[in-house]
Amino acid sequence: MAELNIAQALNAALSSALEDDRVVLLGEDVGTTGGVFRVTDGLLQKYGPDRVIDTPVAESGIVGAAFGMAVGGMRPIAEMQFMGFSYPAFDQIINHVARIRNRSQGRFTAPLVIRIPYGAGIGAAEHHSESAEAIYVQAPGVKVVVPATPYDAKGMLLAALDDPDPVIFLEPIRLYRSIKQEVPDEAYRVPLGVAAHLRQGRDVSLIGYGSMMREVNAAADILAAEGVSVDVIDLRSLVPFDAEMVIDSAQRTGRVVVVQEAPRSAGFAAEVVAQVQEKALYSLNAPVERVTGYDIVVPLRRAEKHFVPSVARVVAAARRTLEP
Amino acid sequence: MSPEPRQILAPDGTRHGESSLEIPAIRRLYQAMLSARVFDRKASAMQRQGRLATYSPFEGQEACQIGSAAALSPQDWVVGSYRDGGAMWLHGYTWRNLLLGRTGDERGGRTPDGVRVLPPSITVGGHMIHAVGLGWGERLQGSDGVALTLFGDGATSEGDFHEAMNFAAVFETPTVFFCQNNGWAISMPTERQTRSETIAHKAVAYGMEGVRVDGNDLLAVYEAATAAVAKARRGDGPTLIEAITFRVGPHTTADDPGRYRSEGIVAEWRERDPLERVRRYLVAQDAWDEAWQREIEEAESRAIEDIVADAEALPAFTPREIFDGMYAEPTAQLREQRAEAERG
Repeated sequence: MAELNIAQALNAALSSALEDDRVVLLGEDVGTTGGVFRVTDGLLQKYGPDRVIDTPVAESGIVGAAFGMAVGGMRPIAEMQFMGFSYPAFDQIINHVARIRNRSQGRFTAPLVIRIPYGAGIGAAEHHSESAEAIYVQAPGVKVVVPATPYDAKGMLLAALDDPDPVIFLEPIRLYRSIKQEVPDEAYRVPLGVAAHLRQGRDVSLIGYGSMMREVNAAADILAAEGVSVDVIDLRSLVPFDAEMVIDSAQRTGRVVVVQEAPRSAGFAAEVVAQVQEKALYSLNAPVERVTGYDIVVPLRRAEKHFVPSVARVVAAARRTLEP
Repeated sequence: MSPEPRQILAPDGTRHGESSLEIPAIRRLYQAMLSARVFDRKASAMQRQGRLATYSPFEGQEACQIGSAAALSPQDWVVGSYRDGGAMWLHGYTWRNLLLGRTGDERGGRTPDGVRVLPPSITVGGHMIHAVGLGWGERLQGSDGVALTLFGDGATSEGDFHEAMNFAAVFETPTVFFCQNNGWAISMPTERQTRSETIAHKAVAYGMEGVRVDGNDLLAVYEAATAAVAKARRGDGPTLIEAITFRVGPHTTADDPGRYRSEGIVAEWRERDPLERVRRYLVAQDAWDEAWQREIEEAESRAIEDIVADAEALPAFTPREIFDGMYAEPTAQLREQRAEAERG
């Protein structure tokens, strides 16, 4: 066991994954520099340039080449440096990575992992703060997962690599170094598609994922201190989506707040709300609340704080559901 | 680099260069080109009868497709697009695969086991980089397998052409880029795709060898492809081959080439027909007779009729089956939606 942050836990997972000869890492600055977030630090030295591959600056090329490797029997892990840089690769992801299983009726598959750091909150330049997970959820054929803790980061990355289907693996930039946790030294898997039930409560359900879990947990602490019994769920996985845990929670509490960092319209929270409405409507005691980013371009450093949903907004939304 | 395309067989069938192919091998490849042509014409005819969805004929490009794929071994990969059925077929993808796909049935995309051909890419340009990854993966797995990718002149305008060429050159992947410059990207002539003197010249900027061949000359295409494949297999990196050819038919059965090019140019290219050229050569070598030709044509035609009849008899996917290709195991959401589709 070691106390690790998310970046270190991912590094440990990648190092363990590279023990399998079929695994290679490809990306911009993943080798010599160890990645702009140092997630791949030291791996080039340990596994060599055939396994930890610094590529030209070409996201479509990275994903397309990784696709070819995966179809041919390798287990590549492609890194997009930031989510805003993943868009040039979107054609490869939606048109090829997500479809080869269906196109070939199972004869060919592309079991690759595409790691994408995402989210705002570090005062970065334009394009470096995107939270565009919903566009990947709209690409049937890929899985989309997003850990929020060091333990989950390692276990889910290893599970993603074992998965027979391509996985978009989102890494919340804001949380890379902000949380530390005991992480086992050995390899372990956290199954994809299973949400984490972080707190059991009777009064209100807070549902979040990824970068928003810090705010969600902080809001739950405040509410609990006021005597509110809070149910907290970290979705961890958007495709497959553990709707069952959410519906069960909504049925027990009758009050639901869904939190996402992404812009509001047609975001993943809307899907969560729709499922609650379809399957738990008669258990509800209040309209379901959404706390989200706004439908705007993420503001730059000085105004960024107005975009990312705050603890106060989450608490306020929960209180609205509790109003008599 | 010489802009003059390499040629071994002149349009009149006279040979003016060395070929590594003996007469029996040339006869086999001629037979393959003929089978491909029968298939291609039959598919267009069946589309007009309403038995196939849109079809994209490759007539005129048979030397490119058969000559390039003939240079491969079974462990090599073929990654082509919607007009590359000839090359895919020679490497083991079947006419049934192609026809079933064209009837609008996903089962057409299921490459036979053991065959290393990806189902055709329908988007233009995205597939070339796959051949980079496939070849690279072969090398990383200790194999000397090579990946051949076929594409048209239009695809070289796509950004992914650049990324594929650049990756292949930087990492010296065993990839053969085979551009069939057939003159037209739907309605746009090659001179509207590029100001480069030739497409082969583009290789220079990537630090890659570029070769230009007469794409209607089976022997020249075969030699160029064989050299590029051998080079890739030795670990000496990728090659770009530009084969000058012509799409005699429409872009697809939904296209009317009369809107953008004259009949005159088509007639001119028919004079340079890739099959007729080899036939003339074989005649001169006393290695062709009409009965043999007719036998191939008739057998192929019957086989294709049978394949389409079988394909049409195959029950369409049920509402349940349309979900099966998405993931190894359906997600909870898909199970729920599948049940909904089954209820109708």
